[in-house]
Amino acid sequence: MVGIIAYGGYIPRLRLERRAVAEANAWYAPNLAARAKGSRALANWDEDSLTMAVAAARDCLGPGEDRRHVGAVFLASCTLPFAERLNAGIVCEALTLAPETAATDIGGTQRAGLSALAQGLARVRAEGGHALVLGADERRATAASPQELDFGDGAGALLLGDGDVLAECLGAATVTADFVDHFREAGRETDYAWEERWIRDEGIGQLVPRAVTAALARAGVAAAAVDHFIFPTVFRKADEQVAARCGVPAAAVTDALLDRIGDTGTGHVLLLLAHVLERAKPGAVIVAAQFGSGAEAVVFRVTEAITSFRPVRGVAGWLARGVAERNYTKFLSFKGQLALERGMRGEQDRKTALTTAYRHRAAILGLVGGRCRETGRVHFPPSRLTQGQGGARLDTQEPYKLAERQGTVLSWSAEYLSFHRSPPHTYGQVDFDGGGRILMEFTDVAKGDIEAGTRVEMAFRIKDIDDLRGYTRYFWKAVPVQPLQPLERHAAE
Amino acid sequence: MATGIKDRVAILGMGCSRFGERWNASPEDLMVEAYGEALADAGVAPEQIDAAWFSTHMDDVGTGRGGTPLAIALRLPDIGVTRVENFCAGGSEAIRAAVYAVAAGACDIALAVGVEKLKDTGYGGLPVATVGTYIPQWYPNAVAPANFAQLAAAYRSRHRVDAALLKRAIAHVSVKSHANGARNPKAHLRNVITEDQVLKAPIIAEPLGLFDCCGVSDGAAAVIVTRPDLARALGKTDLVTFKALQVVASNGWEMQGSEWDGSYVHTARVAARRAYAEAGIADPRRDISMTEVHDCFSITELVTMEDLGLSEPGQAVRDVLDGVFDADGAVPCQIDGGLKCFGHPIGASGIRMLYEMYLQLLGRAGARQLPGPRIGLTHNLGGQPSQNVCSVSIVGLEGA
Repeated sequence: MVGIIAYGGYIPRLRLERRAVAEANAWYAPNLAARAKGSRALANWDEDSLTMAVAAARDCLGPGEDRRHVGAVFLASCTLPFAERLNAGIVCEALTLAPETAATDIGGTQRAGLSALAQGLARVRAEGGHALVLGADERRATAASPQELDFGDGAGALLLGDGDVLAECLGAATVTADFVDHFREAGRETDYAWEERWIRDEGIGQLVPRAVTAALARAGVAAAAVDHFIFPTVFRKADEQVAARCGVPAAAVTDALLDRIGDTGTGHVLLLLAHVLERAKPGAVIVAAQFGSGAEAVVFRVTEAITSFRPVRGVAGWLARGVAERNYTKFLSFKGQLALERGMRGEQDRKTALTTAYRHRAAILGLVGGRCRETGRVHFPPSRLTQGQGGARLDTQEPYKLAERQGTVLSWSAEYLSFHRSPPHTYGQVDFDGGGRILMEFTDVAKGDIEAGTRVEMAFRIKDIDDLRGYTRYFWKAVPVQPLQPLERHAAE
Repeated sequence: MATGIKDRVAILGMGCSRFGERWNASPEDLMVEAYGEALADAGVAPEQIDAAWFSTHMDDVGTGRGGTPLAIALRLPDIGVTRVENFCAGGSEAIRAAVYAVAAGACDIALAVGVEKLKDTGYGGLPVATVGTYIPQWYPNAVAPANFAQLAAAYRSRHRVDAALLKRAIAHVSVKSHANGARNPKAHLRNVITEDQVLKAPIIAEPLGLFDCCGVSDGAAAVIVTRPDLARALGKTDLVTFKALQVVASNGWEMQGSEWDGSYVHTARVAARRAYAEAGIADPRRDISMTEVHDCFSITELVTMEDLGLSEPGQAVRDVLDGVFDADGAVPCQIDGGLKCFGHPIGASGIRMLYEMYLQLLGRAGARQLPGPRIGLTHNLGGQPSQNVCSVSIVGLEGA
């Protein structure tokens, strides 16, 4: 039995209120007022599709030390930071997966989330083991465009396997057609879109039902038996229309969270699938569909094992920890659409020595320190010599993962002097539970969040952006520990 | 068993340029200014100098990275000139090299010069430094104010000090240094300020405001040293001699384990302990007449009072507010204005501190002269609280 064995998601902390966008652009695009409801998820300046994919993967995999069971990573996104340099490879390093892990970037269409899922299922059927399917987008849109309001940032994650699954894959289907509802030339920042009515009626209305109907037929499940129908689309009621055309009950249509976080792109279907799995009951039938250059659909049936798993925070947890953001210029700046004065300190060359980066990739990307097997002392970065009673010891440190450990703030400051994309630049010393100390940056913090003694956890984030050469480098930052939200699986819906 | 440096080397002469925004002076001009004064004070000819050490920190101000910038600027007489670099403690390192050379008998007369020309870099505050290829990949793009501001966060936590009280104490540190600097004609900042001004100033790095940060200045300082017997032979009567020179560099201990609580500077405590032993000082608060400490930020000066044993742990806030370190207090600190107001041309600062001790001990400090000081201490810190180089030097009148 092949299917889902774990799931997770990630939604960035900031929730840009659409009214703020509409009000800022009212002089220019008063028509946006009609869309000025709710909020959209906004990635912090140091988040991109890659860091969000890592966050979703950690939500799915949990804090376990041993991740050798993951044999493959499929990363779906249309906004990956590197056109050439395996993005999924960076994810593997950040998750400290085994070097034997297969890693693949998948993109090119908004339905890449389900394409990655199909690839993952195929891999599990062929080779066994577990496949990690990730979908993430940090979406870009032209200022004052409807997309700016519709889009959101986020990521979803599914771990696939064979055996004791939480949800069994019953069937899937694909329709490929060069239906160009929008396109983006390689290297361009934003999309060019065609008329909405044509997309809705001739694209979504025709292609998605074909994929859904075919998937249901392969699964041997009647449309009327579908309990959860997931079809993220920014066109209002298009999901209900597709469901009706397929014969899926209207009550099965899942809220796509567009009012709260927007359409987060390729990973949105995975994020919604995770969200449905957080509350689905054994026996429930789930259909998920995605539109883009055709359509793709997949059918799952939830098993009794569903109650035996919970993600670290889950989509419900990430939804709950949002912070309202009303600053439109901050949004534009984070999206690279507003060049703010950086001052002389912003001129600093951020060139990355690739030799150094490779040599220390476990420490930098995986936050792996060194723990002395004799003294128990934890060093970061790891080193050949360890201090201790009786003098320094040579080559006694063993790899010691810090990313999934929490810590406590020893000291901190927040400064307005250095160039920082979201001042104040806040950093300080963190003492890890179980040993280890790093002077590191804090992120996702507001004034008053950090004090000596504050409990923090680790987040994989952008460390620096080398604008001159187009190279993003990553490291880990500390964020205040968020309280865990209870997941109310069996609560009445 | 090493016998230490006490009374084995004397200061023959010193000089110090005016510090500040020296828009029309090159680093060479500043070195000539300090050296000229030192040479005249020493009463020797350049040809009598056997060796020189040169301290400068920034490599992008046109003075180069070797010893030649000093040798060429001063037209030194075909001698060995070595550049030393130890962050903000480089000036003290140059002194130590010259003093050790004399004490070793390798030379009779040695010169140490420090210089920094920060105001050609275009920055307000310190310029951005490069730190190699690995550190920037994981270490925060940190700036000095926030590195030192962390002392405040940890100090508050360690000693349960109310944030507003600590803020007021460090404000007093700056008010005092401005009052002192106003009486120093060579100081960069010579304005008297009020506590209210300090408290209301814009924040640079929580909780440090503009007035909690030292001046960023151009300047140079020079010292010529020799053996006491040679100094007397050259006609000197009142001698200022070195009692102790200690430097300690962090070895990573602060950033490993959890023994260090971030509220003090470990190397300073070790260097101070060794310096007191070397100088034979049993009770620093009683025996030290005055100090020049590395007050790069007001909070640094406050915790340094505890690191040097001049305040009991947790008591510096009280002592500072009680005026113990004011000009008329028990142990005056920064009587020349300190880094805060005399200024902080990085490579020169360690030598500038010694310059004030020298003037005070010889009764040549003019309007800010203290009554009869006998022993002075300089504390020169490079780096930041969690990893640094700390120098503690003690000088005094010969026989003191």
